[in-house]
Amino acid sequence: MVKQEKEFVNRPDNTAFTQQRLPAWQPMLSAGIIIPGFVLIGLAFIGIGVALFVTSQSIQVLEVDYTGVEQSSPCFKCSDPDVKNCVCKMEFNIDSLFKGPVFFYYGLSNYFQNYRGYGVSKDPNQLSGDLDSFKVPSDSCAPYEYVGKTPIVPCGSVANSMFNDSFKLYQIVSGAKIQVTLDGKGIAWWTDYNVKYRNPSVTPLKNAFNGTVKPTFWSKPAYELDPTDPANNGFINQDFLVWMRRAALPNFRKLYRRITEGDYAKGLPAGNYSLEIAYNYPVLSFDGRKKVVLSNVSWMGGKNEFLGIAYLVIGSMCVVMSIVMLIVYAKFKFPEEE
Amino acid sequence: MSRPRVDSAGSLGPDDEVMPYSDDETDDELAVSSEGEPEELPGAVQPPLETKPSEMAWKVKASDRPYHQLPEFQKKVFLCIKKSRYSGNAIKTYKYNVLTFIPLNLYEQFKRVANLYFLALLILQIIPDITTLPWYTTLIPLVVVLGITAIKDLVDDLARHRMDKEINNRKTEVLLDGRFQESKWRNLQVGDVVRLKKNDFIPADILLLSSSNPNSLCYVETAELDGETNLKFKFGLRVTDEKLQEERQLAEFDALIECEEPNNRLDKFTGTMLWQRETYPLDLDNMLLRGCTIRNTEESHGLVIFAGADTKIMRNGGKTRFKRTKIDELMNYMVYTIFALLVLVAAGLAIGHTFWYEEIGSKAWYLFDGKNQDASRRGFLTFWGYIIVLNTMVPISLYVSVEVIRLGQSKFINWDLQMYFSEKDTPAKARTTTLNEQLGQIEYIFSDKTGTLTQNIMEFKKCTISGRNYGSPTTAEGVTLDRGRPVDWSWNREADRKFQFMDHSLVAVVRSRKDKDASEFFKLLSLCHTVMVEHNDDGALVYQAASPDEGALVTAARNFGYVFLSRTQDTITIREMEQEATYEMLALLDFNSDRKRMSIILRFPDGRIRLYCKGADTVIYERLSPNSRHKEATQTALDVFANETLRTLCLCYKDISRDEYEAWSRIHKEAQVAKRDRDAALDRAYEQIEGNLLLIGATAIEDKLQDGVPETIAKLAKADIKIWVLTGDKKETAENIGFACSLLTDDMQIHYGEDVNEKLTIRQATRRNAPSTFLRSKKKHPEPFFTESGKNALVITGGWLNEILYEKKKKRRRLRLRRLGKRAPPANPQDGQPNNDLEKEMRQIDFVDMACECEAVICCRVTPKQKANVVSLVKKYKKAVTLSIGDGANDVNMIKTADIGVGISGQEGMQAVMSSDYAFAQFRYLQRLLLVHGRWSYIRMCKFLRFFFFKNFAFTLVHFWFSFFSGYSAQVAYEDWFITLYNLFYSSLPVLLVGLLDQDVNDKLSLKFPKLYLPGQQGSLFNYRNFFISLFHGIFVSLVIFFIPYGAFLQTMGQDGEAPSDYQSFAVVTASSLTFTVNLQISLDTSYWTFVNCFAVLGSIALYFGIMFDIHSAGIHVIFPSYFTFTGVASNALRQPYLWLTIILTVGISLLPVICIQFLHKTIWPSVGDKVQRHRKKYEMEMAQEEKKKPSAFQRGQRSRRSAYAFSHSRGYADLISSGRSIRRRPTARAGPQDSIREFPQREAENI
Repeated sequence: MVKQEKEFVNRPDNTAFTQQRLPAWQPMLSAGIIIPGFVLIGLAFIGIGVALFVTSQSIQVLEVDYTGVEQSSPCFKCSDPDVKNCVCKMEFNIDSLFKGPVFFYYGLSNYFQNYRGYGVSKDPNQLSGDLDSFKVPSDSCAPYEYVGKTPIVPCGSVANSMFNDSFKLYQIVSGAKIQVTLDGKGIAWWTDYNVKYRNPSVTPLKNAFNGTVKPTFWSKPAYELDPTDPANNGFINQDFLVWMRRAALPNFRKLYRRITEGDYAKGLPAGNYSLEIAYNYPVLSFDGRKKVVLSNVSWMGGKNEFLGIAYLVIGSMCVVMSIVMLIVYAKFKFPEEE
Repeated sequence: MSRPRVDSAGSLGPDDEVMPYSDDETDDELAVSSEGEPEELPGAVQPPLETKPSEMAWKVKASDRPYHQLPEFQKKVFLCIKKSRYSGNAIKTYKYNVLTFIPLNLYEQFKRVANLYFLALLILQIIPDITTLPWYTTLIPLVVVLGITAIKDLVDDLARHRMDKEINNRKTEVLLDGRFQESKWRNLQVGDVVRLKKNDFIPADILLLSSSNPNSLCYVETAELDGETNLKFKFGLRVTDEKLQEERQLAEFDALIECEEPNNRLDKFTGTMLWQRETYPLDLDNMLLRGCTIRNTEESHGLVIFAGADTKIMRNGGKTRFKRTKIDELMNYMVYTIFALLVLVAAGLAIGHTFWYEEIGSKAWYLFDGKNQDASRRGFLTFWGYIIVLNTMVPISLYVSVEVIRLGQSKFINWDLQMYFSEKDTPAKARTTTLNEQLGQIEYIFSDKTGTLTQNIMEFKKCTISGRNYGSPTTAEGVTLDRGRPVDWSWNREADRKFQFMDHSLVAVVRSRKDKDASEFFKLLSLCHTVMVEHNDDGALVYQAASPDEGALVTAARNFGYVFLSRTQDTITIREMEQEATYEMLALLDFNSDRKRMSIILRFPDGRIRLYCKGADTVIYERLSPNSRHKEATQTALDVFANETLRTLCLCYKDISRDEYEAWSRIHKEAQVAKRDRDAALDRAYEQIEGNLLLIGATAIEDKLQDGVPETIAKLAKADIKIWVLTGDKKETAENIGFACSLLTDDMQIHYGEDVNEKLTIRQATRRNAPSTFLRSKKKHPEPFFTESGKNALVITGGWLNEILYEKKKKRRRLRLRRLGKRAPPANPQDGQPNNDLEKEMRQIDFVDMACECEAVICCRVTPKQKANVVSLVKKYKKAVTLSIGDGANDVNMIKTADIGVGISGQEGMQAVMSSDYAFAQFRYLQRLLLVHGRWSYIRMCKFLRFFFFKNFAFTLVHFWFSFFSGYSAQVAYEDWFITLYNLFYSSLPVLLVGLLDQDVNDKLSLKFPKLYLPGQQGSLFNYRNFFISLFHGIFVSLVIFFIPYGAFLQTMGQDGEAPSDYQSFAVVTASSLTFTVNLQISLDTSYWTFVNCFAVLGSIALYFGIMFDIHSAGIHVIFPSYFTFTGVASNALRQPYLWLTIILTVGISLLPVICIQFLHKTIWPSVGDKVQRHRKKYEMEMAQEEKKKPSAFQRGQRSRRSAYAFSHSRGYADLISSGRSIRRRPTARAGPQDSIREFPQREAENI
């Protein structure tokens, strides 16, 4: 077949791609791969599970519910919404040394920070220090956008509902109260503090807030949140940042302080403690609960047995299934060979 | 020997030999039925018939352009803008121009429900009360999807623009201002006089006025119109032929033509010409239609009657039926199912919100939003909010991805070298890009015969002369060889070089002139025929035969030294071995289907009178003289030839004395002028002289099959694909070919029309008598028709088909009934007419059931319309996926009717290809198209769809689970940007590549194991079951993806004690788990891992992290603080080992059970594909070894003995020859008025 070149103008290209002959690996999930694979994965999972579980067990957690629902609770009197500036004390004791560093959390339950309408109710421009948004906050902040015609800064539901209980922790050593130093520095994300939230570059900060009004729920304006540390005010106040980072689920904890300084840096020794709570935040109206959580952390974070157990269960199931598959394979392998 | 068969002449049944009436004809005679009864089977293609005005409304005036602009010829186009009703000759097939592209294309695209749905979503998202997702989550994907489709449309349209331009700018010569000038086609107008040269394309529908040939004869090739390759004659009116030869005369031509309005009927034209105060009738024989080509005619003149869009070819084409695949339908239903699911879920969640708000939300002071809305109103708004949030359940990129995949698969078909026919330089072509996966689901193939199964090339293969057989490879000395070389014809300068013959001994015998019979044999072949001869440019002989059989015989004689040179009305000149001799032709007794023979009576130069006759063995043997020799030997040879499925003809002669001839001549003359029943009278006369014949021998012609046809049919049969042959050929020919291509085998019981009719009538009667069981049996699986074991085959003719399906006389009956004013029930239900439509339907169901029980079905002598009807019957009652394959215009109907139409390209005819969905050059490519491309496409598409639905369910339903913990507030579980980009970047590419490239087994194994094709026919890879499996798989994965992080986040804190379980970290964890899960899942589902797949999977994951880190970066937040609010989340979350462990666990739980279940399923219930796949390596090695051995070629005619002689031939050009139209030279033609012999050869729809 000697033909002239031009006769084959329509001839398709003979390449691996056009002829669908690309070099390829055609893996088969055969018994030889799957069964040992399952065993290996199962063992690995069991290993991880054990590690997680043991780690989780070693973490100490102490929870103090101070909502004051029961009459016996010292905070019962404060749970009445009509009572203002109420302070109550919760007593608890620690049996053995609570290894440091200890983290001090407050926890809320049945609190829907992940509610969509709540979550969008803020003005990101305003919170990044844009002065135009101070005068005209975003519509998404409604109904906490204006009071009368004065704009609210920071606007929106999230900021407005900022948690405002405060705590003091004392160790009672033979009747005397020794205050445990609580460190409020660096409890928010570095990126939140340095990037996402910024105060307007106006000094003093107070001037930036001229012509605005504080959120209705707040007792003091944003630039006076922390009278002790001028750098911890405005939108980069650590407690504010922690609050603004919305929780994923309706029961959540938020970091309040660390116990990393002074005598208690190594941990809380066994003994009696007293927690003094400035009770401001109303939760009873929606059946919420408030608590304080003391915890230490490990490489995997806080105490949570779920993941360890889940790993253990899945790992053992993998091993069991590999045995089942082996049996089934042995039973059905032979007729196939025909 | 031959089986008892219905004798067409004597029986009451339909004539097997004739084509049934044309249904199209009767459609015209009848106005729309007032009974509202369906005119034909639903689903059958009804060619859009134009409404026919009773009078001739189309007026054309020659060379008078302003005439056609007169107000009476204006029609309203738009409001008060009027336009001439005569189209210009420019054609326009493109859809858009620069200005209209964007609006029109957008309009077209938004006609799609899916696009409209996303537009509606976009609008919902703009409403502030409802919006739950920012506008860009829908807009960006929508714009991308619309953009891709628009680009594709643009490319298509540009190609059409180019095509139009090329055609519109072709040149032709037009008579303007008294002389012919070159003009572009686009400038041609109705009424123009044009001059056409040899081999010109005809630019419009033109009335032939005159030509350079005698009698204004003009040869045209109509291949593009009807696929027939033999030339047709057209001729001008006598008056125009005589008076319009010169340019000067043509310039003065001012006739007025009145004719029918433009229509799509290729076989009909009526009109009158008014010229010089006389009217002349016009018909189709005077018309040169656009799409044809002028051949063998130096110059011809014509008058444009229809131009551009009015031409018959343009009216015919265009309206292609929109075909959809089963998967398309299924996919749409599934999308509707998802819609329903979406509404249900959203409604459920809305109700949930109502209750939640009542119980909790209204009490939570921090959620106060200042809107005074009660819980139910909030619920209602939440409903719409969830519609938006969950909208990704309906995959926005589904349709565009499916289109991309199909486009790619079509390209692979176009690129396939193994479907490229190098001899004609024709690659396969997927003309539609929307049907590929349907190729993997074919259950019935309807094939044309001529040009599809066969090459339509007849070859003189063998012969038997005086009892001795020739044709096998033999040396000149008579030694039989296994493999010979073709005879060298160089000794004969007239020989046709293309003719191949392997038997050198026959040449030696003929050249030695020792064997008188051999000389007589070829002399007969060179004399007894109706072939016409022409000389081409180099002076070589070109034969024009009515049938290729005859051409093959005359060509054989020519090569053996008996060259037919020329003929006049009553002489034939041949060259017998270098000696020219002219014979006087006394009578030509032409072939017809009843006679099955033709004879010629010649007066030899020496005065002897001899009759030569050739014909079918059955008719010849009856008429042989008792002393004819070699009868037995020839009979044996005939049997052998027939076994080899060659088509045989017996040749014989008879010497006639002068007295005898004269006596017969008188009878013949009387018959010729008989007033009534002239044909019958002639037949009787012929019968008288054709007796006492002396046998010379027999010829055997091979109707050459296309290469690889038997193997292809065998292979397709193994894949449970049933092949029906639908042909216009005669029963014998069709049956013969059925055996040749191993569709029919000797162990089959063949059933013919009568038999079938009887069985069906019995069934009908039983049903009628037992009406109670009738209703039940309708649902129940019907009992089989063929109770005896063994294979069955059906050979049925068009006539019987009408009879069986009660199609016969339907129209006329209805007409009669309407005249009566009411519908009278037939007096006797047994008279072959149905009682009612239900009965007719039952009859059709019975027929289809019966036919489907047979291994093979051959329908012969069927009209194009019947072909389409048969296809639609199977489509309708079997709900099967059908494929039609054909090459000619007579197959267009069935190609359009079937789910998939395949055209054989590379032939001259383009009509079949133009209306087909796939086109390639050889029938044998069908196996590759179906078993490889079809199968792959189906598997890929199914895999793609299953996975696509799965990944969107897994993605979307996480929101559903999250809503239980977020107060049903339509809070999304992921970042908005992830939702926007998930379908575009993070999950699509790997699955798209699986849809394009995946192969479970390679092409060779696909062909080796046709059983692998079965899942496609059963539709078992994608159906509602698979859909729900995908749904549950998606639900399962979404559960895992939500609840594992939920458990992990419930009470924990970060490594450094910082904000431990915030929403944004949670969103990143779920999104990362999802991205890993879907990409690893598709990796598990990929069975053909190329570097592209690997790249896509890794690329998708990398892209996810890359984009996420960018979006979470400080820089982008500083620029757009309100759009990118996840600043720092990725870096904070993903440095925690705990979250990585959560992701790993989530991915593990999502994948491991699926792997386990798949493994168990494959082990316990392995499919054929699994088995082949498992032993892939072994099989591949086997194949490689086999290839080394090179299997022996398939041998034709290796089957056991069988007798069915085919005699295929069609009526010749005898009338034309005796009328002398094409033979007389012009001067005599001019001399005076001739007999106006208007009769013309009746060609069959298909020349065999």
